[in-house]
Amino acid sequence: MWRDASLIAGRDLRVEARSRVTLNQVAPFALLVLILFAFALDPDGPILERATPGLYWVTVLFSALLAIARSAALDETDGVRDALRLSALDPAGVFVGKAAAVAAELAALEVLLGVGVIILYGADPASLGLLLATCLAATVAVASTGTLYGALVSGLRVRETLLPLLLLPVLAPVLIAATRAFESALGGDPARGWPWCGLLATFAVLYSVAGALAYGTLLEGS
Amino acid sequence: MTATTPAGTASGTSATPTSTTSGGGLAGGRPSPGGTPGPAHTGSAATRVLGLLALVAVGVLVLYGLVISPADREMADSVRIMYVHVPAATLLYVGCFITTVASGLWLWKRTPGWDALAESGAEVGLVFSIVTLFSGSLWGRPTWGTYWVWDARLTSTAVLTALLIGYLALRRLDLDPDARSTRAAVLGLLLVPNVIVVNRSVEWWRSIHQDSTLARLDPTIEGDMLVALMVGFLAMALVFTWLLVHRFRVAWLEQQADRVDLDAALLARRAEAADAEPAPGSAATAGFDPPAGSAPTVPTDAAGAGGPSTGADPTDEKGTPT
Repeated sequence: MWRDASLIAGRDLRVEARSRVTLNQVAPFALLVLILFAFALDPDGPILERATPGLYWVTVLFSALLAIARSAALDETDGVRDALRLSALDPAGVFVGKAAAVAAELAALEVLLGVGVIILYGADPASLGLLLATCLAATVAVASTGTLYGALVSGLRVRETLLPLLLLPVLAPVLIAATRAFESALGGDPARGWPWCGLLATFAVLYSVAGALAYGTLLEGS
Repeated sequence: MTATTPAGTASGTSATPTSTTSGGGLAGGRPSPGGTPGPAHTGSAATRVLGLLALVAVGVLVLYGLVISPADREMADSVRIMYVHVPAATLLYVGCFITTVASGLWLWKRTPGWDALAESGAEVGLVFSIVTLFSGSLWGRPTWGTYWVWDARLTSTAVLTALLIGYLALRRLDLDPDARSTRAAVLGLLLVPNVIVVNRSVEWWRSIHQDSTLARLDPTIEGDMLVALMVGFLAMALVFTWLLVHRFRVAWLEQQADRVDLDAALLARRAEAADAEPAPGSAATAGFDPPAGSAPTVPTDAAGAGGPSTGADPTDEKGTPT
């Protein structure tokens, strides 16, 4: 399974390295959203500073939607889905590989957005350990959930509109937990953030297992 | 709760009340496998009795809830909304539970009844979630002074409604029925876990921010108010069951209709192919018969002829003249 996973992750990342869709389109979009938030909220007032954790994670979720849709779209063309079905690769491995590739892209996006938030919103990354742990857990959670739901809508004509509707309510706990953890990390009270980080980790494990179990059914059944 | 009726009795006669329980099999009159049309309605003797009971129970609820039971000391008359609100919220979760269990059983058994039950559970659940949200905000206005507060239960009910809408949106897609059922079943199977995770995290989120959550219903409810609430539960449960049974039958008939349409489309294709056959040397079909075994490369003519799943049988497209 792990060998299959690394194969698939390598393929997805290689496609990304050659097509540069995430780098050239999703990353600029994410930065643009940060700027738009500054337009919507008064950039000189205290609102932006207070809302920074929430804005950061909302931006991550919106960008993640694009990255996930892109990841699912890779398997729709050229009969890749049939090829995967015939390849005797372990479906759980395919799932883990795709989720890992999405997670790698998301992690890069989060670093970029983190720099953006520090520069543009003047955030102060005080407790780095909590911030990194939160990012790691939330990234795995979003990537695994997103890969599962991306497979649910892949191949449909309405996938662009259906994916956010299905995925965002499910990711509501991730947004809540990651925002609270970031709030306490930036607010200099990391002790209150760790339970939220634990919730994120639980969520990540739960949906990774669910995705690994369900991916075979989705790959075969549609 | 049997989702599959024994494939036996001929169509037409509807005098076999097999079950009155929720999601029971279609009582009589199921379209036979041959494709004869089924009954034009979803009622049966059993569900008519059930519907009548539900109607009577709602009548009793109106009597108890609005007339007999007293007004609350703190909430005054707005407490009467609770007799609908609390049962509706409970049944909303019952609907989600039915959807998840039926989805799991569909993935396991692959019998079409479970698929229909999963769909009906979610749809009736959505109706009750809207009732819950609507009655809740009506109650909140006089009690809290606002239609909406970011209370844990309100928020998680809103997210749950979004989850149900998403599930039903997936079900509405025009797809190959089996593929749609598989995807919907995976989504339905995740419904209750999603609900639990969302509820837990939202509750945790709110409990940190608010020291004391607003008391929604006095736990020491007694007398006529308790009776009214119990009548509310009974009436709502009957309405829920009645809706579920009917929705299940509609879903079942839809599945049958899909199959009938598919059979008709296949027959039409075969007839066209047969029409084209008798003149093998003529110009119309001369260059058009691929040798047996080669892949059919006819352009997508079949897509125009309607039918829910075009191109289901590639061999039928071979002889179709463009």
